[in-house]
Amino acid sequence: MSEITDTIAQIESEAAVAIATASSTEALEEVRVRFLGRKAQLPNLLRGVAQLPPQERGAVGKAANQARQGLEAAISAREGDLAASELQARLASDRIDVTLPGDPAPRLGRLHLLTRTRREIEDIFIGMGFSVAEGPEIETVYYNFDALNSAPTHPARLETDTFYLEDGLDPFDHLAPSARLLRTQTSPVQIRTMQAGPPPVYTIAPGRTYRPDSDATHTPQFTQVEGLAVDEGVTLADLQGTLLHFARAIFGPEREVRLRPHFFPFTEPSVEVDVSCFNCQRGIVTDGGRCPICKGTAWLEILGAGMVDPNVLAHGGPAYDPEQVSGFAFGMGIERIAMLKHGIPDLRLFYDNDLRFLEQV
Amino acid sequence: MRVPVSWLRAYCSPELDTFAIGERLAMTGIELERVETHGVSALEHFVVGKVLEAHRHPDADRLTVCQVDTGDDAPSQIVCGAWNVAAGQTVAVGKPGSVMPDGTRLKTAKLRGEPSAGMILAEDEVAIGIDHDGIMVLDDALAAGTPLAEVLPIADEVLVLEVTPNRPDELGVYGVAREVHAATGAPLAPAPWEDPAAPDLGSAGDLSGHATVEVQTDRCLRFTARAFKNVTVGQSPAWLKARLSAAGMRPISNVVDVTNYVMLLTGQPLHAFDLDKVAGHALTVRAATAGEPMQTLDGQTRTLDPEMVLIADREGPTSIAGVMGGARSEVSSETTRVLLEVATWDGANVHRTSLRLGLRSEASGRNEKGLQPEQAMHAQIVATRLMVEVCGATVVPGTIDIGGEGPPPQVIRLRDARITGLLGLEIPRPRVAEILSALQFGTTDAVDGLDVSVPAFRRGDITREADLIEEVARLGALQDLPATLPPRRGAAGALTPRQRLARAAADALVAQGLFEIIGWSFEGPELAARLGLQGTPHVMLRNPMSAEQSRMRTTVLGSLLDVAQRNRSRGATALALFEAGAVYLPLDGDPAGRETAEPQHLGALLSGPVRPGSWRDQTPPDADFFAVKGVLAGLLGAAGVPWELRPFAAQTLPAPPFLHPGRSAEVIIGDERAGWIGELHPSIAGQWDLEDAVAAFEIDLDVVAGHVAPAGYRDVTSYPEVREDLAVVVAETVPAATVVATALQAGRPLLVGAEVFDVYRDAERVGDGHVSLALRLRYRASDRTLTDEEVAGRRKRIVKALSAQLEGRVRDS
Repeated sequence: MSEITDTIAQIESEAAVAIATASSTEALEEVRVRFLGRKAQLPNLLRGVAQLPPQERGAVGKAANQARQGLEAAISAREGDLAASELQARLASDRIDVTLPGDPAPRLGRLHLLTRTRREIEDIFIGMGFSVAEGPEIETVYYNFDALNSAPTHPARLETDTFYLEDGLDPFDHLAPSARLLRTQTSPVQIRTMQAGPPPVYTIAPGRTYRPDSDATHTPQFTQVEGLAVDEGVTLADLQGTLLHFARAIFGPEREVRLRPHFFPFTEPSVEVDVSCFNCQRGIVTDGGRCPICKGTAWLEILGAGMVDPNVLAHGGPAYDPEQVSGFAFGMGIERIAMLKHGIPDLRLFYDNDLRFLEQV
Repeated sequence: MRVPVSWLRAYCSPELDTFAIGERLAMTGIELERVETHGVSALEHFVVGKVLEAHRHPDADRLTVCQVDTGDDAPSQIVCGAWNVAAGQTVAVGKPGSVMPDGTRLKTAKLRGEPSAGMILAEDEVAIGIDHDGIMVLDDALAAGTPLAEVLPIADEVLVLEVTPNRPDELGVYGVAREVHAATGAPLAPAPWEDPAAPDLGSAGDLSGHATVEVQTDRCLRFTARAFKNVTVGQSPAWLKARLSAAGMRPISNVVDVTNYVMLLTGQPLHAFDLDKVAGHALTVRAATAGEPMQTLDGQTRTLDPEMVLIADREGPTSIAGVMGGARSEVSSETTRVLLEVATWDGANVHRTSLRLGLRSEASGRNEKGLQPEQAMHAQIVATRLMVEVCGATVVPGTIDIGGEGPPPQVIRLRDARITGLLGLEIPRPRVAEILSALQFGTTDAVDGLDVSVPAFRRGDITREADLIEEVARLGALQDLPATLPPRRGAAGALTPRQRLARAAADALVAQGLFEIIGWSFEGPELAARLGLQGTPHVMLRNPMSAEQSRMRTTVLGSLLDVAQRNRSRGATALALFEAGAVYLPLDGDPAGRETAEPQHLGALLSGPVRPGSWRDQTPPDADFFAVKGVLAGLLGAAGVPWELRPFAAQTLPAPPFLHPGRSAEVIIGDERAGWIGELHPSIAGQWDLEDAVAAFEIDLDVVAGHVAPAGYRDVTSYPEVREDLAVVVAETVPAATVVATALQAGRPLLVGAEVFDVYRDAERVGDGHVSLALRLRYRASDRTLTDEEVAGRRKRIVKALSAQLEGRVRDS
């Protein structure tokens, strides 16, 4: 019996040395196979316990079991140490140049500045209770001029100011109400909105508009937003308040607006609306120079407006009796708002669609 | 409208500088374009001089070396090139330091070796007139050194105003003076036609024996004429020429200058006939006959129509009414008798005539706005005095006056409550009356407001209560107006579902890396040809700015390609663009058709790398059909519509000619045709210099809108999903979508998803003409965890269906 226990003791000591000297997890695995594998001595001893005489079985079995457990624990401990140091070595050699560029971010697109400005304007007026209407871009003389109280001789009707469709009519006939044209303003939507239902009406109408003109401040196609409010007791002061709210939302809370009298066929009284310049103090910028945005005038013209002319209300139908309801209307160029806000010098940039421009603004 | 300020101040001169006057006008209704300086500046250097000596220049025959006393201690030497300079003359001198009308500053110079300290001035050099025929010779009574500005109108400021089309009364200097009076409160001098200090030199009564006039059309509202004899045609005096020049008109001769001067003062055009060239001394105002020719003052022959009105004498047309006179009876240097016509015309008719003849003049520009008949006699009165004073004429007694004055003044009730109701500001009635009186309206108190009578010169503009409220507002309310918000009864601001869809669609494309562009709604005829779409009907413009913008687009592909080409040529490699906007379709296919449709289209275009490259992904793949299909899927997924692609087929559904026939499809949303998707035909893309693949789609957003349904809820969190893969080999002709649909059908209801994740072709292992599709199958029940047996059962049915319906065979994995 002592022979066997001696053998076990010898195995234990050999294994202890082998475990301690195993230099890698791989070598340790070999050690494990050598001492604990299927063909190893110790497990064989354990399997052979049954063949021993009964009086020896207990002691040998116990010693072999203890030895096995001891070896397993030692291997496990050694394995932990080796693995940790191997990981450390691997990480130590796994160095990258952290200064190389990271992966490029997935490319995000962008809405066109005119669309973003349009949405900004829409959202301000939606917040004030206005809805958004759309109307056709191919309009008739009736909706674009007649119903808007434009005099038959108004120069805006000329072919130099309005695109007409080729429809076989007399080229000088700018008076036929059904003659078709590209709308020169979003104002026809005023009439269409009123004809669609009774007051109250609180609507804005953004969209493309067209005039034959092309230079740094004109493109043959441009974008307007029309506004129309018709209700009982709507006043010019309400127009001023509404536009003041709008101007502050767009250009900053310190802004003021002023109304200057003007003439538009479809409003009476008519005004042009200026907003105080957001870039300067009374026309002077901080370095003492003349403000390039307002040209030193301290005011920026942003839109035309007025109280809806009774003749225009009449085209809305009997529900729009000027003795019962009144209203204001305004129209602004989205390009102009965007140009002022972003300091864009040339209207044509909007329609050139250079990606470098689209990415920038 | 150019208003010389010295002229304006003759009638109304507020204690404000010129710019302040302009500002005040701008705040009350006449926009100030700018203030200009007319003539010279640095006035202290302009003086009267006496030519003491004049000798021919030793080295130049045409130059004279003068010694000029300019009031300084010693005479100045000035070299002069004028033919008429001579010793003993009193002349106008610009000394060194003078600033000329074009902005140049005079310096002491040497002319052919002779020093010259300034200039002896001709009329055109100080912008009084256009005469450059010699220097101005002044009155000898003037002392040397007298400031020249005290003697000659050599400098003025000009208010350049933008008069709105409703205010023809402000197309004259006196009309602007009236407005300045109302805007500033400065006193207004009497109108020059009503000035007690300058009474009318003409008289009423018959002109017979000298001239007769017959008016045969109601488009002439008033026709007045006066005759003058002993007229001496010549140059106008400097003061008159200076005012014309400053107002932007060229001095011509005294008679013509008088008519222009009076027009600039009163706003009313006039026409001077040489009475001796008026055949029969008889004028007839009548409609033209169809095709009637007429030679106008500019030397051109015009062809008239019966809607046009002309003035004829016994030999035919001599003037186009309200637009332009004729050459035949023009005033010339020989003229001694003048017939001065001042008439009021139907503005709309003048407008039409001027438009059709392409003939615009200072006269037509005023007449077409609709002048008032009273203005005609006002102009006659002022012109009569000037004909006498400036042209030495004798007035022939009598005045022809057909039509007479306009209707008596309209009286409009202006209610206090209405002012407050429209403006949102209460204005005391006395203040309202004060404002209206300053504008020369008559006011009398009424129960609920004022009764306001409209002066003749505002008759065309002011016809209603609202018009009066505008007058009150612009002069008395705008500065004090409160800022309030409207009542907004029943107003609930919100976007419509359709508008929200448009925003969501654009946002979905932006999120996928696309940039929005805004292209022209126009296109040129060559676009359809380049896309192979010749013969497509278009909405055509009658007056386009250019051929490239002569018709309305029927596709957004054109602007996408144009923008892609432009950006590619500027160095952009990766192109990912979209545009949302209308296209314009003649509904019945007939370009002259009366009905058009404007469906809202959404188009996208990809070309070049689908993602930015980097040092570890140096050649990312280029965009192709599947890249753009992914974009479309993202878009339609965000919109929440059911969709599929239907392959084009040469026989039954041919691809549009601009698409790659094998890499394109029709987009079906719900069961509606919604547009196309595909790679562009290489030869088409090449026309835009796009050499690599261009993948694009264009869909009708209105079709999308018709199929949006809110997404319903299913429980996808309570129980786990079971996933397994299945590789099935089918013939290449079987579309992947059919395989997926067959699997989904057979796996119902537990199979909730089947996605192709690998496509494998190998003649040996898969078989020639066959393809292996690997599907990822996802099973789920909302009420329990699925057992292996349940899933195995479904799988069996799927395999059986693929085999039976598509001859598909499952590959061992």
